Amino acid sequence: MNLNTKRFVSGILFVSFFVYSIVIYTVGTRVDKGAGSITDATKKGKLLFQEKNCIACHQLYGLGGYMGPDLTNVMSAPDKGPIFVRSILQYGTERMPNFHLTETEIDELMSFLNYADKTGVSPVKKFEINYDGTVNWKGKDEKGN
Amino acid sequence: MMEPLTGKVKMKKEISIYFILFAFLALLGGALFGILAAFQFIIPGFFDWVPFIKSRPLHVSLVVSWIFLSATGGVYWYLPRYCNLTLYSRGLQKVHLWIFILTGFAVIISYLAGKFGGKEYWEFPPVLAIPIILSWIIFGYNYFRTVFRNTEPWPVYLWMWGTGILFFLFTYLETNLWVFSYFRDHLVRDITVQWKANGSLVGSWNMLVYGTAIFIMDKISGDSSISKTRLAFIMYFLGLINLIFNWAHHIYIVPNAMWVRYIAYGISMTELIILGKIIWNWKRDLKKSLQDFNILAVRFIVASDVWILLNLILAIMLSIPAINIFTHGTHLTVAHSMGSTIGINTMILLASCLFIIPDLTKRSFSIAQAKLISIGFWVMNCILLFFWLALIIAGYNKGYLVIEDKLNFQEIMLKIRPYLTVVAFTGIVIFTGILMVVGPQLKLIKDYLLEKNQK
Repeated sequence: MNLNTKRFVSGILFVSFFVYSIVIYTVGTRVDKGAGSITDATKKGKLLFQEKNCIACHQLYGLGGYMGPDLTNVMSAPDKGPIFVRSILQYGTERMPNFHLTETEIDELMSFLNYADKTGVSPVKKFEINYDGTVNWKGKDEKGN
Repeated sequence: MMEPLTGKVKMKKEISIYFILFAFLALLGGALFGILAAFQFIIPGFFDWVPFIKSRPLHVSLVVSWIFLSATGGVYWYLPRYCNLTLYSRGLQKVHLWIFILTGFAVIISYLAGKFGGKEYWEFPPVLAIPIILSWIIFGYNYFRTVFRNTEPWPVYLWMWGTGILFFLFTYLETNLWVFSYFRDHLVRDITVQWKANGSLVGSWNMLVYGTAIFIMDKISGDSSISKTRLAFIMYFLGLINLIFNWAHHIYIVPNAMWVRYIAYGISMTELIILGKIIWNWKRDLKKSLQDFNILAVRFIVASDVWILLNLILAIMLSIPAINIFTHGTHLTVAHSMGSTIGINTMILLASCLFIIPDLTKRSFSIAQAKLISIGFWVMNCILLFFWLALIIAGYNKGYLVIEDKLNFQEIMLKIRPYLTVVAFTGIVIFTGILMVVGPQLKLIKDYLLEKNQK
């Protein structure tokens, strides 16, 4: 392979990286089903979620640590919901430390989790597998994805 | 000015050795925090002084530091020693080392103090990203000013190291885009960009590590053509394509545009070509490698080849959406990342250290030390297999039980607890194996650094 070919191919790939990045930042992630529920408390709650490093133990969309459960839909789960979440945040559990959060901080975290719940479904339990190995996410469609 | 006749001349120690010294310390520390985190899974409240929210990021950051410090130290040593390329600036190399070490300590202190604020894998306060970016700019400047002096056609490892440095910079900057509200306040965009960056970032360190593996085999075999063939460059470009496009297999269930997932699925399947090449060349490469199996560095490269095969099969399977829907968010993902980090990256980088240290320190391992490294090698690899399989079984069980939807989270965790117990205990044995491999190398480094050179 001569030098010009190597330069050409790597140049194309470098440019592709930047173009694809911009496409992902814009049209690839345009839809936000939970946008209507975002308030200032939601934004503060999201930062608090990072400051307390919740993701070390919990997941959003299956991404994060596996010490605790996925929190994407914890606010609407039939066996959990806002009262359950509030009490856990207030007192902790055997596995989760009590972070001694203020009422305002608990409200902010719940606002963020409420927003996350509206963005989609995780884990996906209703689906169809296609012949080519792809999957139709039925659960997401129910949420209007 | 003439030196005093009776005086001792203080020789400048190679800066590369400090990169490797701190790399080993990071590896040992990272493995210890990994064991702690594994036991915290099975014994709630275990060692409460460093709870899981601290032990996990300490484990991850120290292991990542091991990869970067050892790979970087290798590049700094290989360029002048084997590529006839005098380093552009030794001063910049020193600045790079100091920034890396000081930032590393700042990160550890912030974790121990419970000061977080960043995203997963980079949980430290975002202000610490500034020196990290600066250190990579310095490394990149020094690297390219050095290699651009080379008028010969570059072997593939020079391309790979350069690509690794550049893409680390791009993707690390990308991991910090969340500081802008455009990204931060849109959860789906935030997660997508975070995993785009992290996925490609792993690809960038793989460029540094795989480049090192090719370099070592090139130098040990004495056959420099292996790093200049058309096939070597085709595989490099294929790796680069995967670095840029295949990251979305981490986030199939995140509700971004459907085509993002299809592109990732399609590109991930090109890894079948890499798998095919490995299997095709397996018998020939293995026979050649076994001839040099007595060379410690080669032994670790052979082990990494086996782990590449196993992890590539697992990675390809996890990239198929129909399988991924069962495995996503389970310990199967951990099996893949641990298998790759220990089995592939660590084996190659230990091979690199074993190649560098006797050469740089001008010392040989004693027979007992060589024997200890050899036993450590077998302990690490054999036990890693059990560790890896336990994670796969735990992940398979969790995935199946989650989809079946009959048990709650606590019940599922109880079901997989026996496998996680195996992970924790095999983790201790793997750490012992690492210690056996690293200990004699640290001894050589210590003797070298404490040596006072007589004129």
